[in-house]
This record gives sequence, structure tokens and C-alpha cells, in this order.
Amino acid sequence: MAEFSLPVNSIVKTGKIYKAAAGVKNIKRFIVYRYDPSTGNNPYTDTYEVDLDTCGPMVLDGLLKIKDQIDSSLSLRRSCREGICGSCAMNIDGGNTLACIKAISDIKGDIKIYPLPHQPVVKDLVSDLTHFYAQYASVEPWMKTDSATPPDRERLQSKEDREKLDGLYECILCACCSTSCPSYWWNSDRFLGPAALLNAYRWIADSRDDATGDRLDALEDPFKLYRCHTIMNCADVCPKGLNPAKAIAATKKLMVERKV
Amino acid sequence: MNTQNNRPLSPHLQIYRLPFAALLSITHRATGVILSLAALLMVCVLAAAASDAESYASFQVHLSSWYGQIFLIGVTLSLYIHLCNGIRHLFWDAGVGFELETAAMSAKMVIVAAIILTMGTWLTALNVG
Repeated sequence: MAEFSLPVNSIVKTGKIYKAAAGVKNIKRFIVYRYDPSTGNNPYTDTYEVDLDTCGPMVLDGLLKIKDQIDSSLSLRRSCREGICGSCAMNIDGGNTLACIKAISDIKGDIKIYPLPHQPVVKDLVSDLTHFYAQYASVEPWMKTDSATPPDRERLQSKEDREKLDGLYECILCACCSTSCPSYWWNSDRFLGPAALLNAYRWIADSRDDATGDRLDALEDPFKLYRCHTIMNCADVCPKGLNPAKAIAATKKLMVERKV
Repeated sequence: MNTQNNRPLSPHLQIYRLPFAALLSITHRATGVILSLAALLMVCVLAAAASDAESYASFQVHLSSWYGQIFLIGVTLSLYIHLCNGIRHLFWDAGVGFELETAAMSAKMVIVAAIILTMGTWLTALNVG
């Protein structure tokens, strides 16, 4: 049975307010989820007043400004700052996205920032994605072939077959989609979630892969695949504009087609 | 690092701003539950009608009252939402309609169609009855 409320140790309290210096005119309030594992206390939200006149345009710029100039104890993951590494995935203004490509100006009012939803929190905005990665590994995301590797060239693929991988191979495993999915919230122990399923289909759809049947067998399960109810949050949040719901539907369709 | 069990769970429903399509998905499930319960009620009404006039009247007095009518309009609306969204799911099962714009549009169409069908049904029923 799905647990809709938060466990007692996870209920979010209100923390401190870090006021901007006097004279600062262009203030944006960042309300940020904090959790310090060394204290054993509940998580809380701190409010930071950020001077937008001396801040870059993206939410990540704001967070790094806070870390550099206001509160160095704030923890978050980030790397590329241009939407390709997937490290700074978090819940901003009620939706999952990458902080580095979310413009501050897109958000009306205060900016509320939480870690990716329904995940164990390591510290502040850093969540533990061990289970998410294990599910990705479980779909065996590599090419499996029956034939020997050609000695003198790559395994070739027609342009049409290659095009079937567009919208699939671009996944950066940021976990925005899976952690936006209510089905994944309630059943992540057994439901693989949109990211792992999109990647499963990426290999099912690959003309060079010979393990299509085995891959479909592995997903033939009431939970792994079929907990997708087409809620569409995955496609709604994907920062790369991919559509896991569509890939999952394509997988379901193949399941039916191979039976008739 | 074996602190896994002490780690808090990050907030989910509490903070997530669900898009309209997601709200309709929850509505689909809720209307399914309503229809299951309404089907039970219909069995009771039919059983009462099959037994004798008095037991039927005991249902009729409530179902024809203003609150009974509002309840039945709600059931009709649930039926049409569930039916129309079920058709939307059939398209999805065929692999059609997954683009975000299409899915948002079809979600709105489901609600509009369900309201029109409910109004049509009740206007017809009230005129005939």
C-alpha cells in the first residue's frame, strides 16, 4: 500500500532566514531544503535572500552564489552547468528539472527547492540514487549480439534503423523522470521507473542487438513494466525533451505483438 | 556508509505541482472507485425492485430527492469521465497521442466531452421523465 505521508523523521521543519545586505534592491528568495546527517534532526527549509543584480541567470547560479557567499554548508551536486551531465537534478518550483538550465526569471515569487522527490536524502539537495542506478543496470544497457564482431569495421546500421534510437539514446540518467512519477513513488521497489524503461527500450529498438526476446522476457512482470499508468509526468519534466511514456507504450505494444 | 535507514525521505506529494494530465490520471482512478461502488448500489436498487414495492420505495425516496439527484449526476459524470478517458487510454495502447501537446489537449477534451455528455443525459432524462 502506498504511503502518502512522510515518515516522522522526514517531516520538513522551518529553518533560518538569511537576509540580504541593506541596500540590495533586486531580491529573490530561495527557500531551500536542508538536512544535516550529523545532527540527527529533521530536515528543514532555510530561506536565502539573493541579490539578482550580482547573480547569474539560472537557478544553479543562485545556489552556487548562496554556497559561495552566504552559507558554505549547503550541499548540492553539479558539474557541467549546461544540461548535459544531469548532476544538478532537483525539484524546483514544484517540478523536477536541472538547476543549470532553469532560469530564475521563469519562476514567479519565491523559489522553492527540494531534492528529487521520494528518495533517501544524503545531505541537503543530494539524494541517494543507488537504487535508481541499480535499476538501470538491471536492464543490461549494453549491446548483446549472437554474431561475431566484424574484424575490420563497425556493426553497420541503416539510416532508418539508426533514426529509431533518436529520442532514446540522449538520456542522461538525471532521474528527473523517475522521481516525478507517482507510480515510482509508491512502487519503486518493484517498478523500474521511466528512466530504466526508456533505456531498456533503447536496446530493444536497436537493430544491432540480438537479445530483444530476452529483454522483453525480463520485463514481462506485473510490476517492472506495467506499473506505468501513463501519468505522463516523466515526459513533462525530461530536461532533454524525451518521452519515456512513449517508449514504455512501445514496449507494451511489442509484448502484445509477439503473442499474437 | 551504513546510514541508509536513518536517511529521511525527500518530500513528494507534499511539494509536487502535478500537471493537469496527472490530475486527470488520479481522477480516472477515483471515478473507477466511484463507479464500482455505484454498481453495488445499482444491484441493491434492482434487488429491491425485484422484491416488493416498499423496499423499492425506500431507495426511490432518497434517489429522487435533491441530494439523491446530485449524487446521481455525480455518478453520471464519473461514468463519462471514466469512459472518455478510457478511450484516451485505448489510443495510448495503440501507441498514439504521447506528444505533450496532444496529451494535454486530449485531457481537456475528456473533461469537456464528459460534461457535455452528462448534461445531455440529464436533460434528456428530465424531459422524458
